[in-house]
Formats: sequence, C-alpha cells, structure tokens
Amino acid sequence: MKEEIIISGRMNPKIDPVLNIWHWEIPLYLFLGGLAAGILFFAALYIILKKEDEFPTAVKKAPLITPFLLIIGLIALLLDLNHKPYFWQLYTTIKIQSPMSWGAWTLMVVTPLSFIWAALNIKEIFPTWDWNISFLKQFEIWCRKNILPIAWITITFSVILGIYTGILFSAFNARPLWNTSILGPLFLTSGLSTGAAAIMLMSKNHIERKAFARIDLLLIAIELFLITHMFMGFMASTQVQIEAARLFLGGPYTASFWVFVVGLGLVVPAFLEVLELSRRKIPVIVPATLVLFGGIMMRFILAYAGQASRWLY
Amino acid sequence: MRYAMAVDTKKCVGCSDCVVACQTENNVPIGYCRDWVVEVTNGTYPQLEIEIRSERCNHCDNAPCVRCCPTGASHFSDGGIVLVKEKKCIGCGACIASCPYDARYPHPEGYVDKCTFCLHRVKKGLQPACVAVCPTKCMYFGDLDDPKSDVSVILKKRKWKTLIPEAGTKPELYFLI
Repeated sequence: MKEEIIISGRMNPKIDPVLNIWHWEIPLYLFLGGLAAGILFFAALYIILKKEDEFPTAVKKAPLITPFLLIIGLIALLLDLNHKPYFWQLYTTIKIQSPMSWGAWTLMVVTPLSFIWAALNIKEIFPTWDWNISFLKQFEIWCRKNILPIAWITITFSVILGIYTGILFSAFNARPLWNTSILGPLFLTSGLSTGAAAIMLMSKNHIERKAFARIDLLLIAIELFLITHMFMGFMASTQVQIEAARLFLGGPYTASFWVFVVGLGLVVPAFLEVLELSRRKIPVIVPATLVLFGGIMMRFILAYAGQASRWLY
Repeated sequence: MRYAMAVDTKKCVGCSDCVVACQTENNVPIGYCRDWVVEVTNGTYPQLEIEIRSERCNHCDNAPCVRCCPTGASHFSDGGIVLVKEKKCIGCGACIASCPYDARYPHPEGYVDKCTFCLHRVKKGLQPACVAVCPTKCMYFGDLDDPKSDVSVILKKRKWKTLIPEAGTKPELYFLI
C-alpha cells in the first residue's frame, strides 16, 4: 500500500485540500461567451448565405441580446480576478501561448461586433428608434453597406470565442481532466447548440423553429460523439487521466454529469426535437430550456471536477 | 546560470524549520506557506519505508505558469528563477491552475505569490532562508552551470529524482534518494 500524507501546514486557502481557485464566475462566463458566440455565428452565417428573410429571428432578433450576454460575462470575469485594479494589464501585451491572453483580445473584438449587430437591428424592438447623431447614422449606413465583410469577421471571431472557452481549460496540463484537446470542439459545439436553442426560444416562425430544431439535433449528436470520444481517450491514456475520467464513472461527479448534462441536457431534448420534427406537438420551450440548462451545467461540472483532478505524486 | 536546489530525503527529518524560516524571511501571510513538508509512507506494517521531502516551487525550465500567464507577470528571472511581478498580476488564477505541484497561492492582497528561491538573499551571496536554516543540512542550493557549486557536486555524487517529470515541466528541484 502506498500512502502519502502532507504533514506540513500547507493548507493554503483556495489551494488545499482541493484546488478551488475558480468558482461560479468562470463557468458562467464560459456559458454566456459560448451562447453569444453561437448566436452571432448563426446571424453571420445566414447573412453570408443570404437567407436573412428565411431566418428573421436568427439574423435580426437574437443578436440583440448578445451585448448583454457578453457584458454580464465580462463582469463575471472581472469579479473572478483576485487583483481587480490591475485588470488592464491584460491589454498591455499579447501572449500567444496564453489562451487567457488571446481570449481577452478576442473578447475585445467580439464585444464591439455584438454591439454593431444589436445596433443594426434595434428597430426590431423600437421601430421608431432614431440615432439622432449624424455620425452614428453614417456609421449605420456604412455598416449596412459592408454587412458581408462584417459577417465574415463575426463568424470567424465567434468560432474563435466558442473554441477558446474550451481551450482555456484544455491548456492546463496540471489538471488531467481538462488536458484534452476535445474540450475546444466540445465547448464550441455546445455553444452553437445553446445559441440555436436561444434562437428557437425567441422565434415565432414555425419554419425557422423547425430548421433550428434540426440544426440543434445535429449539434447534440456531435456533442454526444465528442463526450464519448473524450472518455475513450481518457480510458486509453495515462493513470492520471484514467483517474480523471473516474470522477464521472463512479466518482463524485457521476450522477450530476450523466443526469444533468448528458440526460437532461442532451438526450432528452434530442428526443423531444425528434418528436417535434416527426410532427408531434412539443412546446419548444421545453427542449430549448433543457439545452440551455445542459450547457450551463456542463461548464459548471467541468470547471469544478477539473479542479479536483490532479497528478498523483 | 541555472539555479537549482537539491533536498536530501535521507537526511530530512521533517522538522518544518524550512517552512517557518521562509514564512519569517518572506513575510508570508499567516495561514499560507511557500514551502511545505511531504511525508510519504510506503509498504505495510512492520515493513515501512518513509520518505520526507521539503517541497516548494520547482522553478521549472518549461514552466506552465509562465506560459499561461496572460500579462507576463509570471516570468523567468536571473538563473531561471520563476517570479511574479505583483503590479502586473491580475490574479486570474491561470498560473495556479497550471501548476501540477500546486506551489502557488493567491496572496490576500490579490496577486499570486510563490517561492522566489530567496533571490533577494542569493543576490547578496547568501543562501535561501530554508537552506540556511536547515538543522540537518539536507538542502543544497547553487548554479547547475557551475560544476563546483554545492548542488552540482551533490547531484553528481548521489542518485536523485524530480517530481512528476512526466508532466514535462523540467523541474529544477531535485530530491536525493
């Protein structure tokens, strides 16, 4: 039997006995960032495909909420910092090897873009809106003229934002559960899926809702594949990653992960969407809310379980 | 120049003098520590083997904390010593999450704090506080590029290991076994 006992007074707050440096702020931000990335992705996609008339909610209505999502996410990120007055140091340098650095810069690009998308469609909510200032009017005209390049930039940066939320975790070799490159694609897919769910919730157009139910179904299938793939990778990897997978396979996070993330967050909404597509009447609020719930749970559970996974030495 | 430390696990008695010396020398806030003692017991009674290690930041050559720091607050200083610039640190915790040895902690004032190999003492030609105070003289500190330094000499003479070399961090804290 091998035993290891730390006999010193190392009981550093937030480090021992289990790392807990990141709390609700990080997973909440990862969820909101992924959701905003998903919504902006679809808005830009249908502009590029010139299908804005077929998908009015995705292109015009849903982007209106993205500035709020990102601002709440940014506030959460700021709250997470231990040395808040120095946050601006993030924007004094770009460190290509640090996901947090280029993620911060990505947010610097995506947040203004989300404001542009919201501003261009503000008349959806306030039909009599007038910018009053000539500079803003001219800027609006300029944006409308250049909507295609803006859409291309948006779609690129929304993918970067979506994938970054996963890479943020996967860059940490020290936490074996996070140290898998599947997390990037998984978080991106989940972000797109929650984006599609939000569009379904806001849409009053039956055809658009069905189209997004179909898209969401495909994204859920990809997510289920990626999760399976992640566990296969863990089980075929080193001892520390086998231990990390065990957190979900009999360990303390088993029930919450399989019930809330995989069951209620993926399988049940997928089933309901299949029923809906086969012309049964399902209130759209149910699968869409479940997808959003699953998305937030996945980030919370992975954030906490990742901090519980460690090297055994 | 490449600073390194070696700890003799056969001589260390786990008295924690190094821990207290560090806390005093570096004004470590109460309840925190930059170095700590780990005791590993192997085997079943009565065949027991014990290994005692005084651990701290490994001042890795391939430091994940330096790599993932978004502002450059975590950096390599003289001789590869890994330090944190307090005024650049935003306290995001990325370096803390990236350290497989959990050698860093958030200082109550917000920035991230850790072992400095007592660079302020080393610059004056003194040894780090933990090394200087050790009653069994089980710690060796010096420049690995200098073949005559204490640490180079002892690493040539004795068998040693580093902690989790498979994490790829290239640690500079050696344990004599």
